[in-house]
Amino acid sequence: MAFIELNGIDAGYEKGKPILKNFNLSVEQGELVSLLGPSGCGKTTTLRTIAGFIMAEQGAVTIGGKDYTNVPPNKRNIGLVFQNYALFPHLTVFDNVAYGLRRRKVEKPEIAKRVAEVLKLVSLKGFESRFPAQLSGGQRQRVALARSIVIQPELLLLDEPLSNLDAKLRDEMRAELSRLQHQLGITMIYVTHDQIEAMSLSSRIIVMNEGLIEQTGTPEQIYESPATPFVARFVGFDNHVDGTLLELGPKGVLVDVHGVQFVSRRPSPNLSKADEGKKVSLFFRPDDTLIGAVPGANAMEVGIDFSNYQGNTTQYAMHLGTHALRAVVVGKPVADGVERTVFSIPPEKLIVERGV
Amino acid sequence: MKNSKILILITALVFIFLIGPFIMIFLTSFSSDSIMRFPPKGFTLAWYTKALNIEMFRTTFWVSLKTGLAATATALILGVPVAYANIRFNYRGKNALELLFSSPAIVPGMVIGFSLLRFFVYVSNIPIGIGLYLGHTAILFPYTVRVVSSSLRNFEGDIEQAAISLGSTPLHAFFAVVLPNIQSGLVAAFILAFITSFNNVPVSLFLTGPGVATLPIQMLSYMEYYYDPTISALSSIIIVLTVIVVQSAEKLLGISKYV
Ligand SMILES: Nc1ncnc2c1ncn2[C@@H]1O[C@H](COP(=O)(O)OP(=O)(O)OP(=O)(O)O)[C@@H](O)[C@H]1O
Ligand SMILES: [Mg+2]
Repeated sequence: MAFIELNGIDAGYEKGKPILKNFNLSVEQGELVSLLGPSGCGKTTTLRTIAGFIMAEQGAVTIGGKDYTNVPPNKRNIGLVFQNYALFPHLTVFDNVAYGLRRRKVEKPEIAKRVAEVLKLVSLKGFESRFPAQLSGGQRQRVALARSIVIQPELLLLDEPLSNLDAKLRDEMRAELSRLQHQLGITMIYVTHDQIEAMSLSSRIIVMNEGLIEQTGTPEQIYESPATPFVARFVGFDNHVDGTLLELGPKGVLVDVHGVQFVSRRPSPNLSKADEGKKVSLFFRPDDTLIGAVPGANAMEVGIDFSNYQGNTTQYAMHLGTHALRAVVVGKPVADGVERTVFSIPPEKLIVERGV
Repeated sequence: MKNSKILILITALVFIFLIGPFIMIFLTSFSSDSIMRFPPKGFTLAWYTKALNIEMFRTTFWVSLKTGLAATATALILGVPVAYANIRFNYRGKNALELLFSSPAIVPGMVIGFSLLRFFVYVSNIPIGIGLYLGHTAILFPYTVRVVSSSLRNFEGDIEQAAISLGSTPLHAFFAVVLPNIQSGLVAAFILAFITSFNNVPVSLFLTGPGVATLPIQMLSYMEYYYDPTISALSSIIIVLTVIVVQSAEKLLGISKYV
């Protein structure tokens, strides 16, 4: 059994209108898992449910093998970094960070020592006696982080904890979080909008959409083998063409698009033999597109709407039938006034999903 | 252009209408004329001396002060949890309750006063002082709920949840994190409620009786018999005291945003 398990959770803010529907999630001890998804998909709601601020209407929350479904939030020993920091405005940085330790009846000298350590860790030494209103957004975020890790929680829930930091500080904090996770073995659930952050930090990514999990997988699985059209679009497979699945074979997939056969070597894990003859969607990334007919790649004759020279690369807006497509190709634009040309997409760059 | 001139004119009229009576009262309080008349004649501080020396004003001032403080404190102690529950939780009948609290002015004081009078005096034989205190508590309660609610609304629920996730019980979080952050709202509620009580006539009129009166009631009955500027002097003192209290609270805490 995993360290944290949510089983069949229905949870939301109003009875009978769950945001999370039959939600399942499991996170291993010491793992850092990212929740990735568009605004409003239920990431914060998931964290609130784990932290105990939203009681599930259905299902069970298990942490470390114990049933936590009905344990109140103050008894959970979970560190929580709020999306809006939620610092105590009337307390200094020191007292903000010391809050959880005082609640745990830690001795005074020990509190001073641990607060100093953690403030050093988040590069906020010397800010002890400031009030939150006297800090920048990034500094507040770091106080929030310090406040939640100083209690050495078994589980740390982070709601976009680095969104307000500049690139350099963000890299440093990311490295720090990784270090914490590895050295202290703290299990972390990390909410972010930022794909790159999710990829670089986590061992697994959970992609959410409208309260449901679209796909769970390693960063590579998510990025290279999106399981659903939603995930495909989310990770940058912006181009989409409809077709019919002809054959799902061990060597590749054959798809018919208006009489032209496309070959792909990356079918979605959700497809099976039973889908043959059904509608499917082909997805590919703009920068995987090649110009001209390339041997072994799927050639398609497209209409060019406009091209935009960007120096090293050229961006094309084009269409295939009714589908608008984009391509980013190295090199100068094809000669002016050309309205139709051939683009290619290699079979290993083309993914096939259930029809949308 | 024309519009803005009309606007200025209207604003000026409103100000004259609001401030004018205060200025008249203030000026007549120094008049050596023995009846209240405008424009005042001469200058004397005699009416101030007289006002401060009239025994009934002194005793009723203490009644008003004690009633005001006690009723305000009670209304706050009751109002804070009610406001808190209204902001944080959903329950049946919440909207109706909120409507009731949202505009205390819509409940005519006379009606309350009269029903309270019947209840306290005829039904339960409660002493006048206690009746007055209870009556004032009842009229102040909506004010305290309203002002405390608006300061709670400005306070993010996440901050309280942060305290809870760090190990506070909800009750401890309320005292350690919520209360300190709505302090200025509490002070605003206190001042507003106290002034409301101190100025109240309609409810007090029904609830006072032989031997017990509040200052405004005493002032009214004084004016039935005497028409000298003593009342102007007394009113001026009260106005100046009120302005000082409200101004210093505003300076210290910026309370006006809650009212
Ligand atoms: N306190 C609340 N009361 C009622 N509905 C809420 C509340 N908080 C969030 N919601 C709704 O629940 C849904 C999920 O919200 P949630 O905050 O979990 O999204 P999110 O994935 O964290 O989004 P974001 O990336 O913008 O933070 C949204 O439709 C939102 O409108
Ligand atoms: Mg959120």
